[in-house]
Amino acid sequence: MSKVNEYNPSMLRGLWALTVRELKKWLKDPVMVLMLVLQPLIWMGLLGKSININAIFSSKSLVNLEIPDIQVPGSLLNPPVNGVLIIPGAFITQQLQQMFSTIGTKVMQDTFGVIDYFSYMAIGMVSMIVMTTTMFTGMSIVWDRRLGFLDKVLSTPVPRGAIIFAKVLNATLRAIFQATVILALAYLLGLQLSSNFTLLNLLGVYAAIFLLGIGLSSVFIAFSLRSTRMERPMQIISLITMPLMFASNTFFPISLMPYWIQVVAKVNPLTYLTDAVRQLTIMPLDLSTLMFDFICLGIFASILATIGIMLSWRYLTK
Amino acid sequence: MSEEVIKAEGLTKIFNKSLVAVDHVNFSVKSGEIFGFLGPNGAGKTTTINMLTTVLKPTEGFAYVLGYDIVKQANNVRKVIGVVPQEYTADEDLTGYENVMLCADLYGIPRDIAKKRALELMELVELTQFKDKRVETYSGGMRRRLELACGLINRPKVLFLDEPTLGLDVQTRAATWSYIRKLKEEYGMTLFMTTHYLEEADILCDRIAIIDHGKIVAIGAPDELKDSLGGDIITISIKENADISELIRSVEHVKDVKNENGSYRIKVESGEVTAPLIIEALRKKGYTVIKLSLTEPTLNEVYLEYTGRAIRDIEESKEAVRMQRIAIRRARAE
Ligand SMILES: Nc1ncnc2c1ncn2[C@@H]1O[C@H](COP(=O)(O)OP(=O)(O)O)[C@@H](O)[C@H]1O
Ligand SMILES: [Mg+2]
Repeated sequence: MSKVNEYNPSMLRGLWALTVRELKKWLKDPVMVLMLVLQPLIWMGLLGKSININAIFSSKSLVNLEIPDIQVPGSLLNPPVNGVLIIPGAFITQQLQQMFSTIGTKVMQDTFGVIDYFSYMAIGMVSMIVMTTTMFTGMSIVWDRRLGFLDKVLSTPVPRGAIIFAKVLNATLRAIFQATVILALAYLLGLQLSSNFTLLNLLGVYAAIFLLGIGLSSVFIAFSLRSTRMERPMQIISLITMPLMFASNTFFPISLMPYWIQVVAKVNPLTYLTDAVRQLTIMPLDLSTLMFDFICLGIFASILATIGIMLSWRYLTK
Repeated sequence: MSEEVIKAEGLTKIFNKSLVAVDHVNFSVKSGEIFGFLGPNGAGKTTTINMLTTVLKPTEGFAYVLGYDIVKQANNVRKVIGVVPQEYTADEDLTGYENVMLCADLYGIPRDIAKKRALELMELVELTQFKDKRVETYSGGMRRRLELACGLINRPKVLFLDEPTLGLDVQTRAATWSYIRKLKEEYGMTLFMTTHYLEEADILCDRIAIIDHGKIVAIGAPDELKDSLGGDIITISIKENADISELIRSVEHVKDVKNENGSYRIKVESGEVTAPLIIEALRKKGYTVIKLSLTEPTLNEVYLEYTGRAIRDIEESKEAVRMQRIAIRRARAE
C-alpha cells in the first residue's frame, strides 16, 4: 500500500459499473419484475377480454333477432305480379346479420384502426408498463440515498453524470424488458399482429420505448432525489397513472373523447408511444403518422430529460 | 511528519438557511495521525465528514485535503481519500467481492489490478471465506469490515471513518480498533474518524476535537485535554437536603464546585489531600457524607467541562469504575 495509484474513472466505466449493479439487483429480485407485469396482465386479461367491443359490432349481437316472414303484395313489385311474395324472416335475419357484421367491422376499423379491441388495448398496456416501470425504477434512487449508497458514490471520483445516466439507462432497459414480456403475453392471449410486422418493427418499438423511458425516468429520478420520504414518489405514481392512461389513447381513441380530454391527451406522451407501437405492430403502418409520433416522442424526451438531468445534477453537486 | 493533511478554516454548513449543523470550525490534521471528532448525536460530525469528502458543499469557509481545495479541486480530493460511512452502504443483493469491485470501478482502477487488490483487502478484513456470499447474510461486524475494504480499494492517503464502531459489540469494536491502528502503523495512513464513544476517542485517537452543536469546544491529545483540567475530581453526596456548595468552596485547595442534582462535583488539585479536608469540614457542620468518589479526570470530565453535560456513553471505562471503588473504600476508612 506504499505506492499510491491515481486513476481516472471514465464516464463509460462508471456508467457501466453502476448499470451492471442495477441489473444484478434486478436479476436477484424477480418478484418485483413479476409484480410490475401483473398489473397490465390483469388489465389485459380481464378488461381487454371482458369488455368485448368486437362482439357488440358482430353478427353475434343479432343472434336473437327474430323477424317474421314478410308478405309483399305482388302489385308493389316492379313489374307487378299477381299474388303475394313471401320473404322468409330467416332470410332477412341472415342478410341483416351479414350487413351488420360488415358495418361492425367498418366501425371497429374506423374507430380503433383495427378490427379487434383486445389487440388495441393490449398495446395500450405496453405503454402502461413502460410508464410504471420507468417511474418505479427511477424511484430506487430514494433508497440509494437513504441507505447512504449515494453519498458513498458521491465521495468517489466517478463522474456525476454517470450516476444519473446509470439510473436512466437502467429504468429504460427495464421498461424495454417488461414491454417485451407484455407483448409476448398479449400475443399468447390472442394479439393479432399486422401482416407486415417484422423484427425490424420490433426495433422501432424499442426505439419508441427508449425515448419515452429516458424522458420519464429523468424527471422521476430528479423528483425522487428531492423527496425525503419514500412514500411520496409511490403516491405520485399511483395518483398519476390512471389519469394519464385514461386521458390518452390507451383504451379508447381520443378523437371520440370530449374536447378537453383531447387537449390533455394530445400533450400526454403516452398517446404518442401507444400510437407508434400500434402503428408498428397491429396496424397497417402509416409512415407519416409514425414519423409524427416519433418526432413528438423525441421532443418529449428531450424536454423531460433536460429538465430531469439538470435538476438531478444540481442536487448532486449542491 | 507534521505536514497538514487536512485543514479546515471557518468551515460551516447551514441546512435550509437556518439549521447551523457545523459552525465555523477550524482544525488541522497532521500526517499519519488518527484524528477524532468526538460529540453526541446531531453534533455535526457526519456533516463535517460529508464536506471534507466532497459530498456536501460548505455554506462558508474552506477546507483542504492534501492541499486540494474541497470545493474547487473536489475531484482531486476524491481520488486520494477513502470513506467508510456511518451506514452500511454495501449492496445487500451483491456479494462482498462484487461490492468491492464496484468500488474499484468507481475509482476507475484497471480490472486486473482491482481484482488483486480486492482479494488482498478481503484477506486484510478477514472476509475471504465469505467473499462470494451475498452481503444480506453478513453480520454487522462483517459489514463494517466490508465497508472498510471498499474504502481502501484506491489506496487512499487519508481515510475518513464515520462512527466506525457504532452498534458493534465490545469484541468487534476492539477488533475494529486494531484494524484502524494497523492502517496507521503499517501503512502510514492518516485517519479522520468520528465517534460518540469517549473510550474509543481516548484509546484510539492521537488527537481529538470535541464538537458540540456544530462548534469545536476543545482540541488536543486526550491526555493533554485531561491534564488541562488539572488535578482530580471528587464527587460527593450528603444525607441532608442542603446546599453545601459555599461550604465546600471555602475548603482549602478546592478549585471549583458544581451542584448536579444534589451530587457535588469538586475540582481539586490533589484528591488524596483534599478529600479528608472536605469530609472534615462537612462533619464539623453536622452533615453526613453518604457517597464519595475520587477520579482523575477522564475524557468524560473533559467532555463535561467543555459541554456542560455528560455524553451518553454505553460503557464506563473500567479504570474509572475501579478508581471510584478504591476512593469510596478509603473514604469509609477515614
Ligand atoms: N441533509 C440534511 N438536511 C437538513 N438537516 C440535516 C441534514 N443532515 C444533517 N442535518 C442536521 O444537521 C445536524 C448535524 O447532523 P449530523 O452531522 O448528522 O450529526 P452527527 O453525525 O454528529 O450525529 C443535525 O441536527 C441534523 O438533523
Ligand atoms: Mg453521524
